[in-house]
Amino acid sequence: MTVLVTGASGMLGRAVAQQVLSTGREVRCFQRRPAGIAGTQEVLGSVDDPAAVARAVAGCSSVIHLAAKVSFAGPAAEFHRINVEGTRLLLDAAEQAGVTDVVQVSSPSVAHDGTSLVGAPAGPADPAHARGHYARSKAAAELLALGRSTRGFRVAAVRPHIVWGPGDTQLVERVMERARAGRLPLLDAGTALIDTTYVDNAAAAIVACLVRMDRAAGLSLVVTNGEPRPIAELLAGICRAGGVTPPTRSVPGSLARGAGAVIERFWTALERSGEPPMTRFLAEQLSTAHWFDQRHTRAVLDWRPAVGIDEGFERLARHYST
Amino acid sequence: MVALPGVDPSWSAYLDVPSTSGADAPGTHHRWHYLDNGAGADGAPVRGTLLCVHGNPTWSYLWRTYLAAGLAEGWRVVAVDQLDMGYSARTGVFRRLEHRITDLEDFVAALGLHGPVVTVGHDWGGVVSLGYAERNRADLVGVILTNTAIHQDPARSIPAPLRLALAPGVHGLGTRTSTAFLDVTLALARPALDPSVRRAFRAPYRTPDDRRGIANFVSDIPADPSHPSHAALTTTAEGIRTLDVPVLMMWGPHDPVFSDTYLEDLAQRLPQADIHRFEHASHLVQEDADTAATAMQWLAARSVAVPTGDAETTASARSAGQDERPAFSPLGRRLRDLASGPDSGTTAVAELTPSGIRTLSWKDLDDDVAAVAAGLTALGYGPGSRVSLLVPPGIDLTVLIYACLRIGAIIVVADAGLGARGLSRAVRSSAPDVVIGIERALLAARAFRWPGRRISATSLTAAGRRALRVDASLGDLRAARATADAGVQPEPDADAAILFTSGSTGPAKGVVYTHRQLSAMRDTVGATLGLGPGSSLVAGFAPFALLGPALGATSVTPDMDVTTPRTLTAQALADAAAAIDATVVFASPAALRNVLATSGALSEDGRTALGRISLLLSAGAPIPVPLLEEVQALVPAAALHTPYGMTESLLVADTDLGGIRRAAAAAAAGLDGAGNGVCVGRPVHGAVIAISPLAPSGPDVQDHGHGARPHRPAPGAATGEPTTAPGVTGEILVDAPHVKDRYFRLWRTQQESVRTHPWHRTGDVGHLDAEGRLWVEGRLGHVITSAAGILTPVGLEQALEMLGDVRLAAVVGVGPAGTQAVVAVLETAASRSAAAASGRPVRRRAGASASSLLRRPEQRARLAAPDLAAAARRVARERGVDLAAVVEVPALPVDIRHNAKIDRARVAAWSARFLSGGRAGSL
Repeated sequence: MTVLVTGASGMLGRAVAQQVLSTGREVRCFQRRPAGIAGTQEVLGSVDDPAAVARAVAGCSSVIHLAAKVSFAGPAAEFHRINVEGTRLLLDAAEQAGVTDVVQVSSPSVAHDGTSLVGAPAGPADPAHARGHYARSKAAAELLALGRSTRGFRVAAVRPHIVWGPGDTQLVERVMERARAGRLPLLDAGTALIDTTYVDNAAAAIVACLVRMDRAAGLSLVVTNGEPRPIAELLAGICRAGGVTPPTRSVPGSLARGAGAVIERFWTALERSGEPPMTRFLAEQLSTAHWFDQRHTRAVLDWRPAVGIDEGFERLARHYST
Repeated sequence: MVALPGVDPSWSAYLDVPSTSGADAPGTHHRWHYLDNGAGADGAPVRGTLLCVHGNPTWSYLWRTYLAAGLAEGWRVVAVDQLDMGYSARTGVFRRLEHRITDLEDFVAALGLHGPVVTVGHDWGGVVSLGYAERNRADLVGVILTNTAIHQDPARSIPAPLRLALAPGVHGLGTRTSTAFLDVTLALARPALDPSVRRAFRAPYRTPDDRRGIANFVSDIPADPSHPSHAALTTTAEGIRTLDVPVLMMWGPHDPVFSDTYLEDLAQRLPQADIHRFEHASHLVQEDADTAATAMQWLAARSVAVPTGDAETTASARSAGQDERPAFSPLGRRLRDLASGPDSGTTAVAELTPSGIRTLSWKDLDDDVAAVAAGLTALGYGPGSRVSLLVPPGIDLTVLIYACLRIGAIIVVADAGLGARGLSRAVRSSAPDVVIGIERALLAARAFRWPGRRISATSLTAAGRRALRVDASLGDLRAARATADAGVQPEPDADAAILFTSGSTGPAKGVVYTHRQLSAMRDTVGATLGLGPGSSLVAGFAPFALLGPALGATSVTPDMDVTTPRTLTAQALADAAAAIDATVVFASPAALRNVLATSGALSEDGRTALGRISLLLSAGAPIPVPLLEEVQALVPAAALHTPYGMTESLLVADTDLGGIRRAAAAAAAGLDGAGNGVCVGRPVHGAVIAISPLAPSGPDVQDHGHGARPHRPAPGAATGEPTTAPGVTGEILVDAPHVKDRYFRLWRTQQESVRTHPWHRTGDVGHLDAEGRLWVEGRLGHVITSAAGILTPVGLEQALEMLGDVRLAAVVGVGPAGTQAVVAVLETAASRSAAAASGRPVRRRAGASASSLLRRPEQRARLAAPDLAAAARRVARERGVDLAAVVEVPALPVDIRHNAKIDRARVAAWSARFLSGGRAGSL
């Protein structure tokens, strides 16, 4: 009963591996760098390496697939190679190795075109209209994965929305760093309502999906805390937890979206490495509402977020004050 | 016919029909096109056939929703394209009304249609269908009419748009050579037609030859008696008076041609008709409103084509409890008794004006009522006449009301607080025979072309009378002192009054009361408040105040602008009270706010007069307890009553300040059901209350992905069985002898309001506590359906208003029903003064008119400061509610009339924009 967790070196992957462990199952982690999670086996390698993937899936009954290239910028081919072809490789190997259940960790952005989301359902993944290379590649990967779901090889997609928590370099530390440098404007005063997911809740939902695979197979389930908040409050909460003064300066969202598009293009054209300071996708994320209808997800997974937003901020503050 | 939106291609059919019309040579056949939903073709039983006839320049496509709806309800629906129209043959012959009726008979014969028939008509198709109905009564079981006309009053010119279409030089050009008439007609749809639907309507009329029928139809409008079709029209118009089948009229009042005038004419000819006016709809009412669903609902409710034995007796259900009803005593009975009694010389009514006081004794009042009644009778008004009264509260209005009721005329009362547009809409919808008004009202009557004749409440110059088309003045009526008493004993169950709602949620609705129901209202007010002969009251709140003479109580109108209750000053109130030694005051919360604001300037005598008040009633809107406590200091001897009611039932429940305090204590002590809302007390004399629980919101796995589940009510819909169990939230239902008879010309609205016999559904939500008190939680339309469950706004709002800085709170939902995010929008002192300090105008709070809303600087609204947001969330969490956002605004929109009821629908719509990113615009 070994569960393979790919991408376990990330914040969410680590939390997932630990929560699976706590259910009494064997966990094998698979990623490029050592994750060092006590009590787990570890296979090092990349998802685009067939031999490494075959080693990773051997003897596993279930797979939780988190490994992905996550970035706001970068060439499309790179996203496709890791996120689509890597997933295909993993699924092929898993099915061949006798794996029965796969949780494909996806993103709500696979279904959405950049407009406001207000109490939205998950919606079908749409590689043609999703925004940005990341979302498009994840959309293609999700379609691919769910398309493989059969009675004997069950696949479900879980889409956690904006996962955050202590040690999160993707969002939390970037927000703190920018705010500290005075480079974190609010867009349109930050009034747009955004759903987020505290990392432990996202991990629990993913584990619940494995447990509830009889009902979840073939479905795409958006996972959030179910506590939408204005983005200004979320940013302020993160800043305060890190002891940083929250941003007050506001920039019109339309301006930021336009500027983001320009910056993104130059960044790519100049072949600069790393993340551009603003992208159109990021500007959209920061200036339009993104919150979801959680009723279906909760009913299917029989899961509730255990950590509320305020409790999450407190945990964040404890983490950064020590 | 090509595929068209909303039409099943299998409905389209053609039929060769032998003509017996005088327009055609013998032996002529015409090819008809028609739509037929085919119900019953497979042998399944059908209830009958709807025979639908379109007007000019549409075609059977107009009825597509009827074909679909009929299938589901067991009705065959056949919609013809009249000859020369739609896809039917172009006959090359000018077909007049007479021919068209015969054509329809020929078609029905050729189709072999038999069994029960309901004719359905629109525009000139209404005339043709009525002509058919009138001549083919054997199978006729019902008549449905939509925006049509059967008679042109020779004294009035035909509507301007038709005059234009008929004008030489315009007619051919507008109707045939070009598509102007077609385009103009299609452009009448409100909202605009979808382009695909517009294309469908235009499809059969592409060439001038296609459009010849359109031109001829327009020419066939009998504008005067010399017209060749006038005789056929008159025959039908008179003939239908003897139709005894159920009739439904559905109307779009924005029609520039078939206005309310024609509806009124038809209503006179077919008095049994059920009428629904879709207030926002225009000529193409089928496109603007769901008339097909209404028609199906009506066919079922009226048991059309159901054998008599099986028919449910819905119509007579209401009168089931007739035996227990008390003997009827007309509203004016006490007035007459007192006028002929020993106290006939004592004061009955008084009014204070800037120029002094005017009083009438019971004898004077009765004489005046008799004189005005005689004057109205002399002008031809009597039982059933609708008299629109646009006169401010005071002696004249009192006299007019009792005079109208005495002769059996129906009083129509709408509040100037509706604003010019709203008032105009209300008056028009009531189709008055006469408008009696002050000069300002008569100016509006002229400007807005209100129907009906005009009587001036004041004296006008001869020029003024001509300009305003005034037949007479109130003085003239009084002068026409009749020798015989004009009074007739009104029929107890005849209509007595149409009172308009405040229109704070959509267009104002006319609410009809019978004489018996008005008398019951008097008895309830008297019994609840202990009022009767010997009482004396200050009438600062109109609806109750007008009952003074009916109760036998002396009443006085204070010096104030009654259209704006906020203008009542403490001194004016005291002066009025002193004038008649009043012990009772009726006022609204807005008036009381101003009384408190001006109480500093109150004279010593004024204080003494207010000190004598033993009962003060605040009605019309909820009043906060702290405000009530301030009022108590001003009237220390008074019991402060805060009754709950609405236009449809002026009194439902009542309590007083002591009762409110006891209720609060009960809530604090944990009494089952106490708390979460405004306590309005227990049911008044004669009234019973029940609660219709709301459908739950919550997860529903089956609805997603795994196919639909059997029908389940929308979350928050009031679908539960009426209950009086404590603590169950739902729509408040009331039954009492003084509840309205019905809504005026709003058949569907009426059906909805009485769908749970014998209850009237108030549209408010609330619950009862274990001791029978009613707690109001808001409007049904303001219920929030979050994933966590149903939430009503008032209880949480009250809790939020306890927070230091918060002046007024609105709790609304944003997002899709069933998974809404809960938002608190707070009017705070800080936000308001910040706006003022910046030099920007803080908008008027009352009167959410479009113009006043535009001025508001949106940057005033902002996310609440962290402390306030945290405090608000704490308050909400204690009630099990997660607030997604807390927003601070300088002012919340409130209603014009009471300056107190928050327009939550508006706040919700604004919040949805504010919280979805980008510009929200102004609140």
